[in-house]
Amino acid sequence: MTAHDTIRDGEVVRFDRAERWLHWANAALFLVLLATGMTLYVGPLSSLVGRRVLLKDLHVLSGLLLPVPLLLAYAGPWRTGLRRDVRRLARWSVDDKRWLASLGRRSRGRMGKFNAGQKLNAIFVAGCIPLMLATGAIMRWFDPFPLAWRTGATFVHDWLALMLLAVVVGHIGKAIAEPHAVRAMRRGTVPTEHVRTHHPRWWRELHADPPSG
Amino acid sequence: MHPLTPEDAELPPEDTPVGRRALLGMLGVGALGILWGAKVQSGIDRALRPITLNDRTGLSSFLPSGGRFRIYSVTGGLPSRSEAEYRLTVDGHVDRPVTLHLGDVRDRLPQTALTKDFQCVTGWRVEDVPWRGVRLADVLDEVGARPGATHVRFWSFDGVYTETLTIEQARRDDVLVAHEMLGKPVTREHGGPVRLYVAPMYGYKSLKWLERIEVVTALDDPTDPGYWENLGYDVDAWVGRSNGRSDEAT
Repeated sequence: MTAHDTIRDGEVVRFDRAERWLHWANAALFLVLLATGMTLYVGPLSSLVGRRVLLKDLHVLSGLLLPVPLLLAYAGPWRTGLRRDVRRLARWSVDDKRWLASLGRRSRGRMGKFNAGQKLNAIFVAGCIPLMLATGAIMRWFDPFPLAWRTGATFVHDWLALMLLAVVVGHIGKAIAEPHAVRAMRRGTVPTEHVRTHHPRWWRELHADPPSG
Repeated sequence: MHPLTPEDAELPPEDTPVGRRALLGMLGVGALGILWGAKVQSGIDRALRPITLNDRTGLSSFLPSGGRFRIYSVTGGLPSRSEAEYRLTVDGHVDRPVTLHLGDVRDRLPQTALTKDFQCVTGWRVEDVPWRGVRLADVLDEVGARPGATHVRFWSFDGVYTETLTIEQARRDDVLVAHEMLGKPVTREHGGPVRLYVAPMYGYKSLKWLERIEVVTALDDPTDPGYWENLGYDVDAWVGRSNGRSDEAT
C-alpha cells in the first residue's frame, strides 16, 4: 500500500477510480431503494404509481445488490486508496470531536482529509447496509421468523430508512454547496491550493515521509 | 490530554479508532430493535394515532406508524369510476343476475354497519374501522344463488385483482359489500365507490374496486384462487390462523 494520495499537475487525487466507482454505484442503488421504498410506503405516492408487485421486486433486487459494489471495490489491488480512506474515516482525532461538538466552527485549522461530519455519514451508511439487508430479508423471507421479529425488523427498517433519507438529503445538500466536493467525486481531484488551505493535516500527510517500521 | 496551543499544531494528536466500535454499536442497537421493536412500535402507534387519523396534509404518511392504512394497488396508479358510472354485476349460478347501481347498494338493499379492525398480512393493523354496506349474504339472496354453488369469485375494475371465497365464507355475517368506511363514502384509494370487506380475513381478501360478483359451482380454474393467492398467500386467509401469522383475531 502506498503511503499517501497522489499529487500530479497541481492537483491532489482525493478519490481514485475505484472509490469513485464505488460511490456512484452505491448512490444509484440507494436512490432506487429510497424511491421504490418511499413509493411502497407513502400513501399518496403509492396511489400515484401503483404497481406494487413490480416495485417490491425492484426494491428487493436493488437491496440484494447493495453489498456487491463494496465487495468488488475490496476484491482487487485497486483497493489501496479505499482502505486508506476507510482507515481515515474510522479514526477520530481530538480535533474531530471538537469540530463536531462546535458544529464545524472549531478546530478547522487542523482539518484532515475528512471532517467529522463526513466520518459520521460514512459510518452511518456503512452500518445501514448490513442492517437494512438483514431486516429487509426478514421482511421478505419471513417464514422462519417469529411474528415479533418480523414486526421488529419492520420497525428497524422503517425508522432507519427515514434517518437514511434525512442523511442522504443532507449529504447531497452539503456536496452541492461545496464545488470541490462534487468535482472530487466526479473527476477525482482537488487543487493543491485547496488542500493546503482547507485540509492542513491532510496536506502534511501528503508531504510526510512514509512511516518507517 | 492534548493542550490545543499553536505550538502543538504541527503534532497531530493521537487518533482513536472509533469506526469499528460505532459500527458494532449500530449493529447491536439494530439487533435489539428486531427483538424488541414490536413493543416500541405499538407504543408509537398508540401515540401517533390521533395525529395520523386526523391528518389532512398527508405528511404523517411519511412516519413509520402501523396504525394507519397503507395504499396498495397492483396496477399503474389507481383505477377510477365515478359514482354515476359505477355498476356492480352479480351473476353466475343464480336465478336473477343483476347489474346494480351505486344507489341500489347504498339505499335499496338492506344496510349493515360494522366496526372492526383491518389487519394486513404484512403486519399493519388499523383498529376500530367503521364499515357500512350490504351483507354479501343479502346480495346472494337478492339474486337467488342456486343450490350447488360452492364459491364466489370477485373481480376488480382495475382489470387484474381477483379474489374468491367459499360459499360458506361468503355467507358469513361479517362479510360486506361496503360503500362506506371511516364514516364516509369509500374513497378511490381505499377501493371505492364499492369494495369488499371480509372482516375475519387478512386484508388482501377485501378486494378493492369491486366490479363483479360471480357465483360458481366449482372454481372454474382451481389453480386460480385469486391474485394474492397466486403469489403465495393462503387461500383461507383467517386472521391469526393463516400465512404463518399469529395476530389477534379481528
